[in-house]
Amino acid sequence: MTLLPALPIMIPLAGAVLCMLLRKSVVLQKAIALATSGILLLTAVCLMVHTRTGTIAVMHVGHWQAPFGITLAVDMLSCVMLLLTGLLAVGISFYACFDLDQPRMQFGFFPLMLILLMGVNGAFVTGDLFNLYVWFEVLLTASFILLALGGERPQLEGSVKYVALNLLSSALFLAGIGILYGMAGTLNLAELAVVVQQGERGGLVTMVAVMFLMAFGIKAGMFPLYFWLPASYPTPPIVVTALFSGLLTKVGVYSLIRVFTLVFSTDPEFLHGLILVGAGLTMLSGVLAAAAQFEMRKILAVHIVSQIGYIVMGLGLFTQLALTGTIFYLIHIMIVKTNLFLVAGAVNRIKGTYELKKLGGLYKEKPGLSILFIISAMSLAGVPPLSGFFAKLALIIAGLRQEAWLIVGVALGVSLLTLYSMTKIWSYVFWEPAPEPLPDLNPMPSGKWIMFLLPMIGFTILTIGIGVFAGPIFDYADAAAGQLMNPQGYIDAVLGGGG
Amino acid sequence: MTSIILRTATRYMFPPLLVFSIYILLRGHHYPGGGFVGGLFAGSAFALYTLAFDVADARRLIRIDPRDITAAGLAAALLSGIPPLFTDHAFLTGTWWEVPLFSGATMDIGTPLIFDIGVYLVVFGVLLTLVFVLGEEE
Repeated sequence: MTLLPALPIMIPLAGAVLCMLLRKSVVLQKAIALATSGILLLTAVCLMVHTRTGTIAVMHVGHWQAPFGITLAVDMLSCVMLLLTGLLAVGISFYACFDLDQPRMQFGFFPLMLILLMGVNGAFVTGDLFNLYVWFEVLLTASFILLALGGERPQLEGSVKYVALNLLSSALFLAGIGILYGMAGTLNLAELAVVVQQGERGGLVTMVAVMFLMAFGIKAGMFPLYFWLPASYPTPPIVVTALFSGLLTKVGVYSLIRVFTLVFSTDPEFLHGLILVGAGLTMLSGVLAAAAQFEMRKILAVHIVSQIGYIVMGLGLFTQLALTGTIFYLIHIMIVKTNLFLVAGAVNRIKGTYELKKLGGLYKEKPGLSILFIISAMSLAGVPPLSGFFAKLALIIAGLRQEAWLIVGVALGVSLLTLYSMTKIWSYVFWEPAPEPLPDLNPMPSGKWIMFLLPMIGFTILTIGIGVFAGPIFDYADAAAGQLMNPQGYIDAVLGGGG
Repeated sequence: MTSIILRTATRYMFPPLLVFSIYILLRGHHYPGGGFVGGLFAGSAFALYTLAFDVADARRLIRIDPRDITAAGLAAALLSGIPPLFTDHAFLTGTWWEVPLFSGATMDIGTPLIFDIGVYLVVFGVLLTLVFVLGEEE
């Protein structure tokens, strides 16, 4: 099974090549995209089975041993991310088959989506800092085109902001890599961890760490440089927004977790303290910005920011329980958030608008869709039997144990405000009657409509499932967090030879 | 642009540029050069042709859609990683074959060359796609 860690990169690339060659036939492209996503999901499951006991799947590409070559290393955290990416890929490509307009599909939505998946997966499996940068560029380039594809005016305006800030972040990232290489003489994450642990240049390391915090923070949508996100995410078709919200910011968060547990864990008082402050401000600013919005996509987009705050909060607290919470939260949010965007897309499909003040009374017309929304929305807010509750619970208990009262208070308050935002959407869109009745624009026959809803039904069942099976998932997240807190295992697996 | 000087010059420049691009591609195995630069050379030959004549002429000359060339290049790069798997080595490990030439001489051909040809085709295809799209937009 030496090939296994490279498969999450190779499969989407092969799919993208096929889609490019068959670009004249949209039907075949759809089939390829779906098949590729399915195989990706299977691969992730295989990897998960392979690493469930705590072994780290390591592969030295081109037989160049670490630290000289590029190493791919898949631990439990990477596996979770790959699995979620596979799930989202299946759901989103399925949804795209029904929802996306014909010209966008002809102009390469599917190959671009697969290239984006390749970049995302590459970032999750790589064990090399420069390689991480390369994967970031791969996924960013694909996302630039996906964001601008179609060339509508607001899209282009959003793209400009998105591109500008992401390039700034890439420049910071690259500068950080340069300084780090000059200091440590290596970019292999495991060897970097060893060099930094020896701790000869504490101050300089901290400075570089802050550069990485800025770079990944921008990509993750953290305070203070998150404003590109609400400016750009609501502009493209909803499938693209759902794809971005599920994957892109999460790659930033993943990189933060990876780098700040493996390499920059020598000065937690300052660095992780800084992350914690950032987390609190991110939560607050996101949720407050959402309160002022009256457009479904925009509300959901600024909520991404606020949710990022929760994920990063666990990293800031930096205990095993807190990281468990972070991983659990990632599992929860990637599914729920994507689902909320998909449901918003379905609402737009029926009524032709995202404006809260124009919509209304959908509960009467489409009770099924309404139930899908309310379950995800309540999960996002953290209402008990659902996935969000357990995710937040773990984080808050971790905070209480650390006696970090302030951040716990903020987290609880933001939870309440999230509930307010979600109730706002619920009451305007689904519950109260519309100010003036809008016609049903949806031309789908009921059989096709059910197919269209299928990914949303799947994600909703997953949300409930995560809540019901919170125990085993928590155990898995705990084991993954244990690996992160004891990086020696990762270091030994990468540097100790292996396949 | 209809400049007789440019057109005549292009007719003379075009073949050497293409030959030189192949030379650069092969030279890249041991010295500076390689697929990326080679692809740029080949792409600029066709870009020059597009400037001197027009997009339709250049498309006729190349026959294949540049996007297909890009896809073929990506496929070549991906496939170049596969052969070592059969000899139980890691993905993308360099593997060489001895190819018999005339009168007993042999030549070593390896997967790095295939990878480089893939890079060449990707760069060439992407460059031409851009040039053609921009040229057709006017």
